[in-house]
Amino acid sequence: MAQHTLSVLVENSPGVLARVASLFSRRGYNIDSLAVGPTESPEISRITIVLNLEGHALDQVSAQLFKLVNVIGIQEMEDKNSHQRELLMVKVNSAGDNRSKIEAVVGKYRASIVSQASASLTIEAIGSSAEIAALLGELTSFGIKELVQSGLIALENGDATLAERTLQETGLASSSTHSQTEDYQN
Amino acid sequence: MASEITGAQALVNALEDSGVDVMFGIPGGAILPAYDPIFDSKIRHILVRHEQGAGHAATGYAQVTGRVGVCIATSGPGATNLVTPIADAQMDSVPLVAITGQVPSAAIGTDAFQEADIRGITMPITKHNYLITDPAQIPRAIAEAFYIASSGRPGPVLVDIAKDALQKMTSYNYPKKLNLLGYNPQIEPNSEAIRDAASLIAQSSKPIFYIGGGVIKANAAKELLVLAELVGAPVVTTLMARGAFPDSHSQHLGMPGMHGTVAAVTGLQKADLLITLGARFDDRVTGKLSTFAPNAKIIHADIDPAEIGKNRYADVPIIGDLGPIIKALIPAVKVEFAKNKADITSWWKQMNSLRQKYPLGYNEPSDGSLSPQYVIERIGAITGPDGIYVAGVGQHQMWASQFVKYEKPRTWLNSGGLGTMGYAVPAAMGAKVGAPDTPVWAIDGDGCFQMTNQELVTCALNDIPIKVAVINNESLGMVRQWQTLFYKERYSNTDLHSKRIPDFAKLAEAMGCVGLRCESKGDVDKIIKEANAINDAPVVVDFGVHRDAMVWPMVAAGTSNDDILIAKEMAPDWDSQEL
Ligand SMILES: Cc1ncc(C[n+]2csc(CCOP(=O)(O)OP(=O)(O)O)c2C)c(N)n1
Ligand SMILES: [Mg+2]
Repeated sequence: MAQHTLSVLVENSPGVLARVASLFSRRGYNIDSLAVGPTESPEISRITIVLNLEGHALDQVSAQLFKLVNVIGIQEMEDKNSHQRELLMVKVNSAGDNRSKIEAVVGKYRASIVSQASASLTIEAIGSSAEIAALLGELTSFGIKELVQSGLIALENGDATLAERTLQETGLASSSTHSQTEDYQN
Repeated sequence: MASEITGAQALVNALEDSGVDVMFGIPGGAILPAYDPIFDSKIRHILVRHEQGAGHAATGYAQVTGRVGVCIATSGPGATNLVTPIADAQMDSVPLVAITGQVPSAAIGTDAFQEADIRGITMPITKHNYLITDPAQIPRAIAEAFYIASSGRPGPVLVDIAKDALQKMTSYNYPKKLNLLGYNPQIEPNSEAIRDAASLIAQSSKPIFYIGGGVIKANAAKELLVLAELVGAPVVTTLMARGAFPDSHSQHLGMPGMHGTVAAVTGLQKADLLITLGARFDDRVTGKLSTFAPNAKIIHADIDPAEIGKNRYADVPIIGDLGPIIKALIPAVKVEFAKNKADITSWWKQMNSLRQKYPLGYNEPSDGSLSPQYVIERIGAITGPDGIYVAGVGQHQMWASQFVKYEKPRTWLNSGGLGTMGYAVPAAMGAKVGAPDTPVWAIDGDGCFQMTNQELVTCALNDIPIKVAVINNESLGMVRQWQTLFYKERYSNTDLHSKRIPDFAKLAEAMGCVGLRCESKGDVDKIIKEANAINDAPVVVDFGVHRDAMVWPMVAAGTSNDDILIAKEMAPDWDSQEL
């Protein structure tokens, strides 16, 4: 499968998103979606990237990402061991007898109608990428006037956290100020 | 608590505390506050004539000394003039710190006078970069910049500092500890990988060492010699690794790649094992990747995990510093050899017959004009392996890598990755500053020389007596060679007329250098010796050479290494080889 979801912990420093975006663009990696937000720690942000890797190895992408000084940890989020959701808001044409049919579809997908107007319904849905795609598929026939979608976010199932895992991997778990050599002087 | 100082003073203190002894730069409005304390600093500041010169000089200094090179420029055009040397340093993994002034923080983003988003511009061509608007952050940014530039895989780091941050007062503390959560280069190799590599080496009957510039950066040439002699396999050194292994050593097959020796190129092609140390499977070495070394297993040792598998799958990846890696491989290989060691005598027979049959060479021009290869060969032979040789980019660069014999690391400097014309003169200047007691020869092309020769003024005024050989073939020779081979000898825009204009010897004298000229074979030795004897001024020798000389052997871009040619339309005589 060419699509992968990567969770990336980054230092919450200026320009970090530009660094990640610049890396992907110059190495020719295709981003399907991107979500950035705060985490449990104010110094750290989390980027969730859905990648379409035609002709690139996931290991290579991770290694290149990890070279960015502000990238602290990376983990692939797999369907089987993580919870993955995206958010959709869509304004659907509700003219004629559409309204009741739309309500049926909304019910079927456990979505909700968040605003009603004379000619349209605004629907909000949270779901896996597949669910969102299926819902959109059914709504298309009514006429979609406007659509906005968030990037996917994902969290690993179970007790483990990405921060713990990556800080352990890099040997930083015990002390936050690890003794980076003092011989960095020229 | 210590009394407050300006951000500019904090910058200079931090540079001093980072161990900087020299920097190359040009002042301007945004960086001006820093130049006031620089005036009193013990750091030697060399005022260059173009910021590109500052950047390459810092690179030359770094490549010769192994220390971090430092350049400094103002905002906007000063900073953008650094872009080429920064990209150059990134491609060749050179430890470099570039300091730039930025417009005052309140003006950032307003298209202010001399504003350029140099942090944004250099993001893809630096290892890391900073924009500092708070004077309190200056010491930490500088300390981090030096640590990041010099550790792991070395590279350039840019620190852009807003003018008001230089002017404001702050207290000074040079950080004792750094806290870079996301940066932790692996130094010690995994012992299992070392064992796997050793066992592959013992089983291989056609092993070859593929040595890259990483060995020089890791200061691991001594260890390499021990390992190579223990294994007994042929060794090739890439363009960036010339000098990592002595050219005089019997195991050395020379340089691989587009203009490599037949033995080195074919050795990689026919090997069953590549012991890759600090090399990156660059397209100029592999030729058409899908046909590169088709039967070889790959041991790939590198400090940068992202190099593993980037171009070629590695059977045994080893991540770490090449010093510890090679040190660990030596005993591990001994253990394996005690159990078994494949016979490599027939492999050596093949390699020896290739190098006997196809040694590097050149034909003297039939019209009696000077051969560029001869000039370069003589510069190397007369100056000797203790000299430092710095090339531009083009035919003369390839000949300098082929016909100067290198015995020691850090004696051969060139722009390998970016291929930056104009590199030689300023890089030689930086090299001479780093090694003032060593003769430094820039071997430059007539095209390249015209891009950055203004730094000879800097050399003349600052007692930096480099020597420059302009290999004057009155053309953009390398491009002309491609036009000869691939564009039916249609020489579009490659004729420089540089035997007419400029007069390089006069130009040199106008810049405070000694200018010499040489056009006949009989004068070559005499003039090189004359240049070598001058140590109180820079010397430029205009060597008028034959314009049609070509670089051979050659693997045309995008073709397979198997299609190497030793002269125009002439392949090696494979049939007589038992390969
Ligand atoms: C800045 C830059 N511009 C263009 C090129 C393309 N290029 C590569 S070699 C070369 C010719 C160099 O001419 P010269 O310095 O006379 O060296 P020669 O090949 O003649 O020895 C050119 C134009 C380059 N490498 N760098
Ligand atoms: Mg030329």
